[in-house]
Amino acid sequence: MDGEELTEQETALYDRQIRVWGADAQRRLSKSHILVCGMKGTVAEFCKNIVLAGVGSVTLMDDRVVTEEAFSANFLIPPDEKVYAGKTIAEVCCSSLKEFNPMVRVSVEKGDLSNFDAEFYDKFDVIVVSCRSITTKKLINEKCRKLSKRLAFYTVDCRDSCGEIFVDLQNHKYSKQKLEETIECQLQFPSFEEAISVPWKVLPRKVSKLYFAMRVIERFEEAEACTPGETSIADLPAVLKLKKELCEANSLNASHIPDSLLERLIMGSKEFPPVCAIVGGILGQEVIKAISGKGEPLKNFFLFDVMDGKGIVEDVSNPNTESE
Amino acid sequence: MAMASERQFAAIKGAKVLMVGAGGIGCELLKTLALSGFQDIHIIDMDTIEVSNLNRQFLFRQSHVGQSKAKVARDAVLNFRPHMSITAHHANVKDPEFNVEFFKQFNVVLNGLDNLDARRHVNRLCLAADVPLVESGTTGFLGQVTVHVKGKTECYECQPKPAPKTYPVCTITSTPSKFVHCIVWAKDLLFAKLFGDKNQENDLNVRSSDAASSSEHAEDVFERRKDEDIDQYGRRIYDHVFGYNIEVALSNKETWKNRNRPRPIYTAGVLPEELSKQNGNMDTIYAADITTVSAMASLGLKNPQETWTLMENSRVFLEALKLFFVKREEEIGSLSFDKDDQLAVEFVTAAANIRAASFGIQLHSLFEAKGIAGNIVHAVATTNAVIAGLIVIEAIKVLLKDTDNYRMTYCLEHISRKMLLMPVEPYEPNKSCYVCSETPLSLEINTHRSKLRDFVEKIVKAKLGMNFPLIMHGSNLLYEVGDDLDEDEVANYAANLEKVLSELPSSVTGGTMLTVEDLQQELTCSINIKHREEFDEEKEPDGMVLSGWTQAPAAVKDDKKSIGNGGNASNALEHELAEANRDGEMEEISEPSVKKRKLSEVSIATILDGPEATADEIKNQKEVEKLDDDDDDEEDLVMIDDLNSVGNKKTRLQ
Ligand SMILES: [Zn+2]
Repeated sequence: MDGEELTEQETALYDRQIRVWGADAQRRLSKSHILVCGMKGTVAEFCKNIVLAGVGSVTLMDDRVVTEEAFSANFLIPPDEKVYAGKTIAEVCCSSLKEFNPMVRVSVEKGDLSNFDAEFYDKFDVIVVSCRSITTKKLINEKCRKLSKRLAFYTVDCRDSCGEIFVDLQNHKYSKQKLEETIECQLQFPSFEEAISVPWKVLPRKVSKLYFAMRVIERFEEAEACTPGETSIADLPAVLKLKKELCEANSLNASHIPDSLLERLIMGSKEFPPVCAIVGGILGQEVIKAISGKGEPLKNFFLFDVMDGKGIVEDVSNPNTESE
Repeated sequence: MAMASERQFAAIKGAKVLMVGAGGIGCELLKTLALSGFQDIHIIDMDTIEVSNLNRQFLFRQSHVGQSKAKVARDAVLNFRPHMSITAHHANVKDPEFNVEFFKQFNVVLNGLDNLDARRHVNRLCLAADVPLVESGTTGFLGQVTVHVKGKTECYECQPKPAPKTYPVCTITSTPSKFVHCIVWAKDLLFAKLFGDKNQENDLNVRSSDAASSSEHAEDVFERRKDEDIDQYGRRIYDHVFGYNIEVALSNKETWKNRNRPRPIYTAGVLPEELSKQNGNMDTIYAADITTVSAMASLGLKNPQETWTLMENSRVFLEALKLFFVKREEEIGSLSFDKDDQLAVEFVTAAANIRAASFGIQLHSLFEAKGIAGNIVHAVATTNAVIAGLIVIEAIKVLLKDTDNYRMTYCLEHISRKMLLMPVEPYEPNKSCYVCSETPLSLEINTHRSKLRDFVEKIVKAKLGMNFPLIMHGSNLLYEVGDDLDEDEVANYAANLEKVLSELPSSVTGGTMLTVEDLQQELTCSINIKHREEFDEEKEPDGMVLSGWTQAPAAVKDDKKSIGNGGNASNALEHELAEANRDGEMEEISEPSVKKRKLSEVSIATILDGPEATADEIKNQKEVEKLDDDDDDEEDLVMIDDLNSVGNKKTRLQ
């Protein structure tokens, strides 16, 4: 590869995972820089996973002050006021994460990611965004796509016992093992805006109900200008009304988005820790795949619901606008 | 049912949970349980922390190396959840203190173990105590969670577990075709012969002249001659095992008709004259600590990922052999291979590579060889995190007695049927399982020739996995193990062990029904004895055949006696998963089929027993076939709305 060998210390620490993905992948990981924005339970899980895996650096963004709600599903925040008083969530998480692996640089960046320029984005290989509005997600995703370098973009959100990951790797080249051969492959990803703009009626009929439900909630939060993830049961009538409108506009049978599912999603402002572990684990795995260029990445939505226990991958892209 | 419902909250708060294992899965599990609101957790783990754990067992730090996993994990979690109760047991789950009474105090038991033995043991205790068990395992990106509830779902042992991977003796001694064969030869034959117990049976050819001439007087080349210097001795061993023995093998023309002929290798042909005299520079080693003695270091080889040339391997071989005799002489005769013993790994790597070169097999790096020789489990944090989340979800269902929604879930590496996490309905108990049903076993045995000791060792311990067995014929006790026996009893049982079955105080003959019991596991088996005169030495090496006990379709392909590569169940999970998937084992839960297992099916759970696949096998990993169905398939995904209808389709978990 790039000739640089892993140190003895790295080989000893990462022994078991090098046996999974190889020394080349480990070298690439150690040179990668990750930015995460929005530190709730799922992102805390994700950060733990990639810090343990040995990425080069992790930069955290979350200027909220620590409240009791913040540490309910986030084990990076000790519930001790002496520790967190006067600090932002990102700062508290940063000191916890540093302890997991002294070989990874963990730091905090303050400010609003959507206001940062290309020079800032350029420093990273992966950006993970959580708890942001649909507009902010689109904006950040577009900024990533305008860079001369390729930047992997992910969004992740968990509500109640459901979770969703979106992936945009733009034009991604990777290798995979098929029997004894290594084959080189390529995948073309749509942007977040392109993906969610795909008309529902052109999607395969079996697309997960959770996908549609998440889009309804997203649109609702946007329209009401409420903080993502801060809905309540009082919003139910308005959400159901919006669902009806969207289903009509998209000629989708309204029964395809169960009211009970929407109800769970708007009530579940607290994350359910086992779901954070599962979705944060899958996201960690995907980011490792993307950085190492080893293994087929999921394209482009991952959806998990405790109710049926399925971890589903949906390819939501418009077949007409895609070019290989 | 919203996940955060009152009922669920109460069940979590009131639950008392036992976690077995505080390793890769255990650390993640303890964290997720704590965050989910569990208040009372016991953890059992006998292990201490090692450096190679730190990449995924995130509750541990460098400064904890050497300390109890259970205790450090407890302290770490109490840091972010100070108001819960965690009791750490730094002990073996098989210790007698963890008896049925102990297990009965828990509402659910969660396993994060890495070996078959402990899993079987916990399974039995859970059955005896009637406590539900959530079982789990991971390897690489693959993982599985299963739920075992007595009488409702199958137990951990309802299905056969793959036997340890073994190889026919002749493959190892004469006709290796894969690198792993060379490793087994280097480790179990050569290393054992040179440095292990001299009295151990060993299939290595140690004679330098043909047996036909004067076998009694032929010398054992492994005996070091008087006044022979260690360099000479090393070269003589080298020339014998890689040169002479290959020549002898080549003389058997029949063997090589359809095989590539190996090439004999001698030191003279591989090492330049000056090197064969002065190899490594031992003077540069000031090793005070024997664990740092290394042939690589004294030869200036640094990168364990690099594959050495034949010459380098030969130098490492001679250097490692010499270092054992010079620096670790007092251990010779009692060494057994240990993956954490650097010098042993170096020796085995070099020897396996030289043999591989001889047989035209690809050479491997020390890193790879170590993985194969040590049956090292390859593990990543992400899979453990996902599996731990799934365990907690099943544990909550168990606490709520939400029987219809129990699932076993596979965590896949490749998307299959659009899924990375694939739930399937649990299987019903196997009616002929000797562990969870009362089906008698039957044993064919020569009651005039086999001793009670053979029966205890080969059947009761090796096959039935009992720790503290008690054997009865009717009401007559034939054998018992325990601390509370008096001297007479001990002497009596010791005497019985040496008797053949038919001559025991209460004669065991054809038609006898024996009862074998493990008091700790509270497992009782009935065994019908059938007398049989002859056994095929090669096909039935135990000299007895147990039926009703299900041995996995194991790796022993040849009828010959076989040699294993250590570890418990080291079949390639990836391979089995691919097979299972092709057979359509992983049916979606919406399919209205009753989940009765076919005998041919091998659950991947059974493969997830720790010591795992070799590097070769990882590379050869078969891709899970995509069974992703077309969009026009009528089958619908199961959503909460139609969970009831799915419940109706199921017939067996009601
Ligand atoms: Zn059973």
